[in-house]
Amino acid sequence: MIADAVADAHRREWGYVLAATVRVTRDLDLAEECVQDAFAKALVAWQDGIPAKPGAWLTTVARNRALDLLRRELTMRRALPLLVEEQVAPEPTEPEHIPDDRLRLVFTCCHPALALEAQVALTLRLLCGLSTAEVARAFLVSEPTMAARITRAKKKISQARIPYRVPDPEELPARVDAVLAVLHLLFTTGHTAPSGDQLVRHDLVVRALDLTRMLHSLLPTPEVTGLLALILLTDARRATRVDGTGRLLLLEEQDRALWDRQAVDEGLVLVREALQQGPPGRYALQAAIAAVHADAATWEETDWREIVALYALLEHRWPSPVVALNRAVAIGMADGPAAGLLALAALGAEPSLASYSYLPAARADFLRRLGRAAEARSAYEEALLLTENTVERRFLERRLSALNANPS
Amino acid sequence: MSQYLVLIYGDEKANAEAGQGQWDETMKGHNDFGQKHAEKLAGGNALQGVDTATSIRKDAAGAATVTDGPFVETKEALGGYYLIEAKDLDEAIAVAKDVPSPFGGLEVRPIMVFDR
Repeated sequence: MIADAVADAHRREWGYVLAATVRVTRDLDLAEECVQDAFAKALVAWQDGIPAKPGAWLTTVARNRALDLLRRELTMRRALPLLVEEQVAPEPTEPEHIPDDRLRLVFTCCHPALALEAQVALTLRLLCGLSTAEVARAFLVSEPTMAARITRAKKKISQARIPYRVPDPEELPARVDAVLAVLHLLFTTGHTAPSGDQLVRHDLVVRALDLTRMLHSLLPTPEVTGLLALILLTDARRATRVDGTGRLLLLEEQDRALWDRQAVDEGLVLVREALQQGPPGRYALQAAIAAVHADAATWEETDWREIVALYALLEHRWPSPVVALNRAVAIGMADGPAAGLLALAALGAEPSLASYSYLPAARADFLRRLGRAAEARSAYEEALLLTENTVERRFLERRLSALNANPS
Repeated sequence: MSQYLVLIYGDEKANAEAGQGQWDETMKGHNDFGQKHAEKLAGGNALQGVDTATSIRKDAAGAATVTDGPFVETKEALGGYYLIEAKDLDEAIAVAKDVPSPFGGLEVRPIMVFDR
């Protein structure tokens, strides 16, 4: 099927083709137009045979179109200044010699001078080829709102002269962190949708995984390796996180035989790689925690002491109330619910956790295990007030009604 | 090359209370900045405090009202600026990071270029 081949190329090659075309146009809108045009041409041209290298074919067509338009438009006034890069735009070369410019595109999209939400939107749009409507849907905002956000970001890139290039070595680590923050946000948004009827937005998870793989192939630093491992190990549990009726299943209840073994194995290799490359960063540590779960054949066999130790390292490396909360929960698993409750109590005053539903939910669980039903009930009620994901709400309601049915 | 304006914002009260040592350090910071980036500097000035500011607003008919005080009251007031040359925002940010801003921060804005 030609349409399938073009759709497949769109998913795999969009970012590559666009990044190479931007080198010619030095204008994001014009490049997008030319790449869209190349995909439209492919629908017809590929009927005579699908090219061996679809990405190279598409790039050549898009870049030729861009050169053609640029020649004809030479006298026209541009709406926005050209993108800044250190070299002059290259002439189109043989398809085999098209450089992979996706790193430049990543660093431009994820520039810290842009708002985080704009960075995410641009990444989905320019590197993944999502339409404005699709990006808007992914973040549950209206299409005009998202269109305005993308337009404003592109305008800033051009007018403030955010460059189209890979940062210098001395600024690279901080800039890679910014890219990883975007990819991680994309993944977590997909992994547990902040609101709505579905627990997982699988499309976003796949995009996050594809983008992280791409970044890892071009720039395999320990933290990039760590994030890739984290996504693989977390997403390996996808099939088991809800049951057939959409009911949320805890790690404890999941059928580990159904975890994606291939993803787990790949993730474990990557975790080891990331940990061997020096002091582990936050993603490598989070991946190491996921690896301990992946290594345990059953919930009972989980090495909770190891998990507590890893969370302590993570809290040291990346102090965050959410990490402290996770560590407290792990302490409860290692040393019993009373110890867990005590560890959680220390977090009660943390203002940034005041509206975080997982804090009362964790407290409720420990109270339930201790048989303190009345207190557990009010903690579940508090958690319910704070969560907007339907699947998570149903889980909490189920726990609450079990307590009501069986008061102790 | 493009031009960027680096606006220096700071808490005037905290600055005034910080004493001579801090003042000397800030002045040294500006001198160091001026030397390190001499070839990228296109201008710059320190401003007198907001106590000296006068604001002018015109109504629809064009009549001006002159009032005492800054245009916008903020805790951190504009206290000075540099006009710098940079090839892109990354370079502008790298240069601006060397500007002392002990009681506030900096804002980097590209200068608008008009066609002919």
